Amino acid sequence: MKRFLFPILSLSAALFLLSITGCKPKNAGDATGSDAAARVYVPPGKYDELYNFVSGGFSGQVTVYGIPSGRLLRVIPVFSLDPQDGWGYSEETKPMLNTSHGMVPWDDQHHLELSQTNGEIDGRWLFANGNNTPRIARLDLKTFRTAEILEIPNSAGNHSSPFITENTEYVVAGTRFSVPMDDKNGDVPIGTYKKNFKGTVSFISVDPQSGNMKLAFQLLLPGVDFDLSHAGKGPSHGWFFFSCYNSEQAHTLLEVNASQRDKDFIMAVNWKKAEEYIKQGKGQKQTVKYAHNVYDESTHSATSTIETQTTVLDVKDFPDIVYMIPCPKSPHGCDVDPTGEYIVGSGKLAALIPVFSFSKIQAAIASKNFDGEYAGIPVIKYEAALHGEVKKPGLGPLHTEFDGKGNAYTTMFISSEIVKWSLKDLKVLDRHATYYSPGHLMIPGGDSKKPYGKYLIAYNKITKDRYLPTGPELAQSAQLFDISGDKMKLLSDYPSIGEPHYAQAAPADLIAKNSTKIFKIEDNKNPYATMGEKNSKVVRTGNRVDVYMTMIRSHFSPDNIEGVKVGDDVYFHLTNMEQDWDVPHGFAIRNANTAELLVMPGETQTLKWTPDVSGIYPFYCTDFCSALHQEMQGYIRISPKGSNVPLSFSLGKNSDTSDSVLTKQQ
Amino acid sequence: MKKLLSILPVLAIAFTISCNNNSGSKTESRSATSETPAIPGGQENVKDDISQKDVVKVAMSSPDHTTLVAALKQADLVSSLSNAGPFTVFAPTNEAFKKLPAGTVEDLMKDANKDKLVDVLQYHVFVSALHPDFFKDGQTLNMVNGSDMKVSVANGKVTLNGNAHIVSSIPASNGIVYVIDEVLLPPSK
Repeated sequence: MKRFLFPILSLSAALFLLSITGCKPKNAGDATGSDAAARVYVPPGKYDELYNFVSGGFSGQVTVYGIPSGRLLRVIPVFSLDPQDGWGYSEETKPMLNTSHGMVPWDDQHHLELSQTNGEIDGRWLFANGNNTPRIARLDLKTFRTAEILEIPNSAGNHSSPFITENTEYVVAGTRFSVPMDDKNGDVPIGTYKKNFKGTVSFISVDPQSGNMKLAFQLLLPGVDFDLSHAGKGPSHGWFFFSCYNSEQAHTLLEVNASQRDKDFIMAVNWKKAEEYIKQGKGQKQTVKYAHNVYDESTHSATSTIETQTTVLDVKDFPDIVYMIPCPKSPHGCDVDPTGEYIVGSGKLAALIPVFSFSKIQAAIASKNFDGEYAGIPVIKYEAALHGEVKKPGLGPLHTEFDGKGNAYTTMFISSEIVKWSLKDLKVLDRHATYYSPGHLMIPGGDSKKPYGKYLIAYNKITKDRYLPTGPELAQSAQLFDISGDKMKLLSDYPSIGEPHYAQAAPADLIAKNSTKIFKIEDNKNPYATMGEKNSKVVRTGNRVDVYMTMIRSHFSPDNIEGVKVGDDVYFHLTNMEQDWDVPHGFAIRNANTAELLVMPGETQTLKWTPDVSGIYPFYCTDFCSALHQEMQGYIRISPKGSNVPLSFSLGKNSDTSDSVLTKQQ
Repeated sequence: MKKLLSILPVLAIAFTISCNNNSGSKTESRSATSETPAIPGGQENVKDDISQKDVVKVAMSSPDHTTLVAALKQADLVSSLSNAGPFTVFAPTNEAFKKLPAGTVEDLMKDANKDKLVDVLQYHVFVSALHPDFFKDGQTLNMVNGSDMKVSVANGKVTLNGNAHIVSSIPASNGIVYVIDEVLLPPSK
C-alpha cells in the first residue's frame, strides 16, 4: 500500500504544481478569486497597508478601517452622541454638539476629505460634513478625535461638502436645499420658491498651522439644489466645480418635477476671483447666527462660541466669478481628474457621462462662447466645454474616481456595476458587477493629484443576501476590488456602520507615525484636573458638589464619599493618572441618567449627575484595565435634602463621617 | 488503492477546469462576468418569497408577458430592473409584440441586434415610480435609453406616443408596471 501511495501522491503533487504554474497570472490584475483570500489577509499582529476613513451616514460618526483586511479599527464620534466615549455627554464635550439652535444630538454624515498639500494627502486632518444641521467638522489624525465643528449659516442640507482646495486653503460647503436666507423673513409661502429661496456655497478658510476653520465668505446663488463638488487642481487650481440639479426650481414631487429639463448644470466657480473681491471689501456683511465649537487638547475641553457675521457676495453683481456648464439629467457626482484638466459630471438619469475640459472652459469664457444665462449667470455652450462623452457606460452613473494611470472608474447605481473607462478616448475598458447598487466608490487618493491606484472600494446601498440575515435591517456592504491590473478583481465584502457615503484612504505610514499614545499629565490644563492622588478632594459650593477624583490601576481616589444630598448637582471630574498607552479607565455610577465616561491616560473628563433618591450609589471602572479591574470601585452616599450629614471623602479608610458615627457606637 | 487511482483523472480534470476559469477571458464583459460561477447575476437571485414582487417578477408571473420577459433576459436587463429603482415599466403584452411587422421580434432577439433590443426595452422604462395621478397631458418623459416619450391624457385615459394605451397597472416593490397594448418604438437618433 505504502509503495503505491507514494508515487500517486507525488503525481498529484506534480499535477498540483503544474496547475499552479500553468495558471499563474501574467500580472496581478489577472489574479483570480483563488488568491483573493491571500490578498486581503493581514496576519495576526501585522498592520494594514492603508487607513480607510468611511462616512457613517445616518449614524453621524466616522469609521476607520484597515485596508486590505477590511478590519474595523475605530468609530470616531463626530456629530452624534456616543455613550462609549461619553462624547456629547461629558461636560467637556457637550459644547461640541452645540448649534445656533441649541444642542443637536445627531446628524447625517455624508462626505469626507483628507487634508492636502499641493494636491496630495498630507495625513493631518480629516474633514466631515453634517448634512442635516449644516456643519463641517475637522478631525485631528494625531488623536483620531473631532477637533472642531463649524455651523454653516444660510444653508440647509449641507450635502455639497466638505471638499477642499489643493492646499487645504478652503473647505467648501454647498446647500442641497435652497431656502430663504437667515437674515430675511423665512415665513413665506413655499410656492414663492423662485422669488424667495436662494442657494449658497460657503468657503471656509483653514489655518495652515492650527487647522482652525473660519467662515471666509459665501456666494449667493439662484435657488437650485447643489449636490456634490470637487476643487480644481494643477492648472485648474483656483476653480471649484459643483453639480446642481433642480434647475427647474421645483418645490414639490421633485422625482418628477426636477427632471424636466434635458440638462442641469455643473457650476464652475473662480474662487480666486471671489477671494479678490472679498479682499477689496466688496462682500456684504450679514447678521446671522452660527456656532463655532473648538476642542482644546490642553484643557481637554470644548468651547462653543456663537458667531454673528457672514460676508456674502451676490454672484449676479460679479459676473466673472461663476459660470454654468450644461450637464445632462440631474448631475450627482462632480469629479476632477488628477491632472486637473477633466471634470466628470455624472447625470444620474443620463444615458452617457459627459467629461468637460478645463482648458476648453477657459477658452469658452475668454471668447464668451455662451448660450444665454441662467438667473443672471452666463451659461457656457455645452459643446464648447465638452472634452467628450462616455457612451453607453451603464445605467445610473453616480460617482467617479481616478487611478492616476489615465483611467476613471464610475459607479452605476441602476445597473449595479463599476465601469472603468479611459480619460483619453472615453472608451469603456472594463466593467464589474457590485452587490448591490453602489453609491460612492473610493480609490485611495482617488480625488487627489496622486492616487494610490491599487484598490477600489465600492460602497453599496443594498445588501439583501450578502451576509447572514439579521432581520429587516442589514449592515451596508463595502466591496474591495484590486485595480492594479487591466481588469478589476473583486477581493472581499465587509459590512459597515451606518450608511457609508464618501470615503477616503491614505497609506498607513502617513498617519500611523503621528498617532498620540498618551496625554502628558503635566500638560493637562483642565481647570478641574487633579494633579496627583493627594490632591483629590470634594468641594461643596451651595448645592454644587465638585468631586476631584483620580483613577489609576486599580482604584479611584476618593472612593468613599458622604454628605452629598438629593438635588445636588454633582460633577465628577475624573483624571486618569496613567501614563501608559491603551490604558483608559471608565466611570459609571448607578442610575446616572447621563452616561458613563471613558477617560484616556493623562486626560480629565467630567460627568454631571443630580441624584434624585437618597441611598448608596456604587461607581466602578467600565474598561477592563487590570487584573484588579473588578476591585476598581467606590461608593457615594446620598442623603435626603436638608440632611446635616457633613461632607467627607476618603480612600483606604473610613471617611470622617463614617468614623465619627462608628466612634459614637463603640 | 483502486479508489485512489480512479480519483486521478478527476483531479486532472478539476485542475484543467480551474485553469480555464483562471484565463481571465470570462471577466471581460459584463455578461461574461455574470457567468462567473461563484457570483452570477444580481438581485434577481436573492431568495425572498416574502417581499412584494419587483417589476421583473411581476412581468414573469404574467402569462401575457412571456415575450417581454424573454426579451429582458436576452438584453441583460433583469439585474438592473431587479434593483432598487424606482421604475415605471411600460409592459407590452404578447399580443402587442405580435402587432409588430412579421419577423421583428425574432430579429431583435438575435445576438447581433442586442444593442437595438436594449434600446427598445430601455425606451419602456422610466426612472421614478409614476403614480397614475402623475401623468399629465402633454408631459414628456425622458426614458432610460435617453429618448423622450410623449404622454397624452384624455378623459382619464393615458396614451403614450399617440398610440399605446395603458390597459392596467400593477404596483411592484421597486416601482409600478403599466400593461400596454402596443410596443413603444424609440425615435431614430
